[in-house]
Amino acid sequence: MKFSLPKLNHRFSLITNGISLLGQTMLIGLVLYGAYYLLATTQANLLERGIESGFDFLGKEAGLPISDKLIDYQPSDSYGYAFVVGILNTLLVSFIAIILATILGVIVGVARVSKNWIVSKIAAFFVESLRNIPLLLTLFFVYTLLLTTLPGVRKALNPFDGVFLSRRGLYVPEPIFMDGFVFVIAAFAIAVIIAYCFTRWAKSYQARTGYPLPKILISLAIILILPLTVYLAMGSPLSFEMPILKGFNFVGGITLKPEFSALLIGLVLYTSAYIGENVRSGLQSVSTGQIEAANALGVPKSTIIRKVLLPQALRVIIPPTTNDYASLVKNSSLAVAIGYPDMVSIGGTIIGQNGQSIEIIAMWMAVYMTINLVISGLMNWLNVRVQIVER
Amino acid sequence: MNNSQNNIFHPRPSLPAPRHSKGALHWVKTNLFNGWFNSILTLLAVALVSFTLPGFIQWAFIKAVWVGDTEVCKLSDDGACWSFIDAKFRVLMVGVYPESESWRAVVGTAIFGAIIVATVANWLTGKVLLVAWLLVPVFGYFLIGGGFGLKEVDPSLWGGLMLSVLLATVGIIVSIPVGILLALGRFSGTPMIKALSIAVIELVRGVPLITILFMASVMMPLFLPPGFIIDNMLRIQIGMIIFSSAYIAEVVRGGLNAIPKGQFEAASSLGISYLKAIWLIILPQALRHVLPPLIGRCIALFKDTSLVIVVGLLDFLGMIKNSSLDSQWLGYETEAYVFGAFVYWVICYSLSRYGALLEARDPTSHSK
Repeated sequence: MKFSLPKLNHRFSLITNGISLLGQTMLIGLVLYGAYYLLATTQANLLERGIESGFDFLGKEAGLPISDKLIDYQPSDSYGYAFVVGILNTLLVSFIAIILATILGVIVGVARVSKNWIVSKIAAFFVESLRNIPLLLTLFFVYTLLLTTLPGVRKALNPFDGVFLSRRGLYVPEPIFMDGFVFVIAAFAIAVIIAYCFTRWAKSYQARTGYPLPKILISLAIILILPLTVYLAMGSPLSFEMPILKGFNFVGGITLKPEFSALLIGLVLYTSAYIGENVRSGLQSVSTGQIEAANALGVPKSTIIRKVLLPQALRVIIPPTTNDYASLVKNSSLAVAIGYPDMVSIGGTIIGQNGQSIEIIAMWMAVYMTINLVISGLMNWLNVRVQIVER
Repeated sequence: MNNSQNNIFHPRPSLPAPRHSKGALHWVKTNLFNGWFNSILTLLAVALVSFTLPGFIQWAFIKAVWVGDTEVCKLSDDGACWSFIDAKFRVLMVGVYPESESWRAVVGTAIFGAIIVATVANWLTGKVLLVAWLLVPVFGYFLIGGGFGLKEVDPSLWGGLMLSVLLATVGIIVSIPVGILLALGRFSGTPMIKALSIAVIELVRGVPLITILFMASVMMPLFLPPGFIIDNMLRIQIGMIIFSSAYIAEVVRGGLNAIPKGQFEAASSLGISYLKAIWLIILPQALRHVLPPLIGRCIALFKDTSLVIVVGLLDFLGMIKNSSLDSQWLGYETEAYVFGAFVYWVICYSLSRYGALLEARDPTSHSK
């Protein structure tokens, strides 16, 4: 899309162009001067306060401990590495939250348009309360609830074998991959490729003959069965390390700290309310006549949903949902308020240690812009696929 | 001849609806128990409600303590302790604002409330309304901060709901004109202005508010010449304005896009100058289009003011968090958060209702 003010008329635009040429030159001059002035004062200020500049600090020893981490990290590692740990934490929580918020959001949206009065009212209550309360308050509230209502380590809840839930966090078994597991992953990749080729062939087959094949079912079967056979053939190269209570805490397994859980729950609840509204408006945008026509033609209900309702609703749902995903990633920066070591939290600590705020803030901006670009790129690709194909 | 009168066909009055398709029982059947799936859903929903709601009512109302100190609250263990909110009310509303100057907050609330009532009731219109609202930031800062005869109060003492409302109101009032300018810049035919506007808008929209607040609080002092000091509160206010302006610019751009090209052409054929055309023809229509999302931005900004807690200001949420750390009133976080959520909800929900009212009142609206 291209946006520009329509030219008023020829003579007028000539005049404005004449003015604007002078104006633009002056503007460029002003911007350049402003930039120079800022740079000069900043240099002087940094010198006066004894703050270094440049990105040399990234290689220095960080000395800051990080509680949650995806990759191995020691306080003796560098600042740059600590920042990467933060980026990974941001990505992890955003990724999981996007998936869960989408699932919950779709449920909420569908519930809102449900003909079942009580279900739609509960969904409306959910949406209206979460959208009108700041996310940070929800986060604090969830965090407090987690810390006050869950039992201590000694009395940890044990719903399944190897899963423990306590005030210190959620403990789950950690999968340990043994030598042969590479082949299972390879088999999975091959299965995905085969399934993709099969789907393409099935589509062309349907176009040629008119006979639909159960594409999803067969694809799923391929993707599940092939890796499973390889897994069994390799002699089950996967084991689990169980968390065990030792002294005052659990040892082994994967730990989900309450900070992480609170952030995840808060983000999921908040964003799902927004996604729910998108889904609702999408479903309501499809005129009832379409559904009635399909019913009158005797199209099965599931086919109506898949072939009539969803394709049209998705066109309305996807663009605002892209924005909601982007805000979810940005909102994950609220982690700093409850102490989950995401990128902003770790960056803030670094600023506190060496005062190099300009560099850190520039790095934050760069990472967030990149993530946003990737999300909008992916969603645009999806959007193009669901939009009406113009002939 | 008289006969023709009698020949007119009089249909029999229609029969009432069959008993099974009206009344409360029918409503329950069609809305709650049509089909096995819906019946299960209804039962689950009823179970959920009857599981949570009575407990909440018991806690919040029936067993709650409304007056008394901590001792009374400790006696009633499974009820809410609302006297905690009562004891902390001043702190929640104005923070550590000097007690002798509290009257200013009351006066400010009264005037602000009067302006809001006058706006919603449609008593003020046109330029009077505009001027009244544009004076709000100036007057608000003067009343709370002092000066010109009033005793000056350091911004580090401002807090509570007062600070949240001040940040949000000033933020939105200043960022609407700035946002409109940015949007017009993005629409402008001059490449340099357009590029600058796009750069500002996209850069700000691409990053979280927290980084902007960090920038305002930590980085901005480095940019300023020595001796030129802006207070931390004011810097954060500027940060919020920059953040909000970028989003409002995008909202306004939507409105500008909706104005047909013919409007510009008609204006220029009548010999109306560029600025006049923008001010008198394009903007009034464009802003009318985007009133609902603009209200949405107001709500979002008010919610976003809660983030200032991260850079060391104690707004409403900050005070809620802090008040539950008081050693005298330990363990009443739930009450504090529920009260906070209620206040935020009431304000945001009223704003969104007002947005819906505006939409309904709009004479050019096609959605009836």
